[in-house]
Amino acid sequence: MSATVPPALELEALSYAYTRGRPALEGVSFSVPSGAFTALLGPNGAGKTTLLSLVTRLFQAPDGRVLVCGHDLRRTPRRALGAMGVVFQQPTLDLDLTVTQNLRYSALLHGLSGPLARARIEEALARAGLEERGGTMVRALSGGMRRRLEIARALLHEPRLLVLDEPTVGLDVDSRREIVAEVHAFCREKGLAVLWTTHLIDEVWPEDRLVVLHDGRVRAAGSVREVMGKANAGSVGEAFGTLTRGKAA
Amino acid sequence: MKPWALCFAGILWRELLRFLQQRGRFLAALVRPLVWLFIFAAGFRSILGVSIQPPYQTYMLYEVYITPGLCGMILLFSGMQSSLSMVYDREMGSMRVLLVSPLPRWFLLLSKLVAGVLVAALQVYVFLAIAWFWEIEPPLPGYLTLLPALLVAGLMLGALGLLLSSFIRQLENFAGVMNFVIFPMFFASSALYPLWRVKEASPLLHAIAAANPFTHAVELIRFALYAQLDPGSLVAVLGWTALFTAVALWGYNPARGFVALSGKAGPPG
Repeated sequence: MSATVPPALELEALSYAYTRGRPALEGVSFSVPSGAFTALLGPNGAGKTTLLSLVTRLFQAPDGRVLVCGHDLRRTPRRALGAMGVVFQQPTLDLDLTVTQNLRYSALLHGLSGPLARARIEEALARAGLEERGGTMVRALSGGMRRRLEIARALLHEPRLLVLDEPTVGLDVDSRREIVAEVHAFCREKGLAVLWTTHLIDEVWPEDRLVVLHDGRVRAAGSVREVMGKANAGSVGEAFGTLTRGKAA
Repeated sequence: MKPWALCFAGILWRELLRFLQQRGRFLAALVRPLVWLFIFAAGFRSILGVSIQPPYQTYMLYEVYITPGLCGMILLFSGMQSSLSMVYDREMGSMRVLLVSPLPRWFLLLSKLVAGVLVAALQVYVFLAIAWFWEIEPPLPGYLTLLPALLVAGLMLGALGLLLSSFIRQLENFAGVMNFVIFPMFFASSALYPLWRVKEASPLLHAIAAANPFTHAVELIRFALYAQLDPGSLVAVLGWTALFTAVALWGYNPARGFVALSGKAGPPG
């Protein structure tokens, strides 16, 4: 990596606790290199969603720093958030609006209008395979189509970092496999950095970077091979089991 | 400046689309004040005589008196409903999309509040159009001067709703808001009866009603509907609006609805 290109995402000693609860995250630090697919793997309750809420500014971290493409989320949130596209675990499409209306709303939120917005919306429809369904109410789309639309919407403003929080939850096996493959391909072809949280080891590919999160702490981070080496394991599943103290994936 | 204007336009456009496509919500918002106007006011017309008082220049029917209060009621329900949804219910998903867009959070929340108020103002005008056929006929300039009054009063109530639902856990459903906020605010105000009448009945209730921000909102609307300005109400509403908005923007915490959504069993994974 060139010294002049900052990581797409850099987390420094992030901590967070819900009111009166034990810490959900403690001193979490890792980075997502530009153009790499980074899987954040952790069992349910590991703190993945909380971490993404801090990364996306939904929650304010009392300690630590979030840098997006070198922009501090606290000091220059406009630049940091402008460089980021987000897909949440919970569906966030407006079911009572059409596919195109959902995209247009998101375009306006990011300051896109006129011919540029129209071109980006057409691209997004093509990317989601919904060219013929721009006027369809989102309510009428399948779960897989809605997810594709959310991913296409997150890319409307051409971010350099795409953050996805367990985006395959609730999808059938085929849709899940297709979406995992599509985002990997997009990352490879467009040089987009991806942070993908999951608790499913089969969504992690051998060439990915991997961060294992458990009980609010990073247990290992690096290439898949490095993480397996650290856990002295022969597979991602075995490494995951070892690093999360025997919890099943 | 352009991204800010586009962002606000997007938020307003979405609110309007949702409102127009949810006809049930539109009808409910309209039926509520109409029931009060057609049934309650008609029934109480003979019991509650209202003498001449500003801004009215003659004796008026009871329906005429309560119309501004019913306009306030539309703003009150709408403000509480949309603010509550910004903290807790199904809107949380779309709130996340809004909050991860690049502009400052205060601007996004304020835009959402203002957009909600504009939609509520639209409902008020539809209500007044129907009320016209019920002989509620304020002067035509009043319809114009009403708009700024609706905006500032609506913003005050929306900000109050956001503030309350951000800080009071018990208000996480609409029934709680109805019982503890909407009904007390509405009934302990000048919406249904003039303050001097309340004073005759109970000095304590009069003191409460006189301090009630909703009373000031109703009086501002009442005078504005007759193309007049009630400076005292305007100052009070502006003051309450500034206070509620500042505290609401400061206190808004998406983690609250977030934890509620995940069943309050603890932080999500």
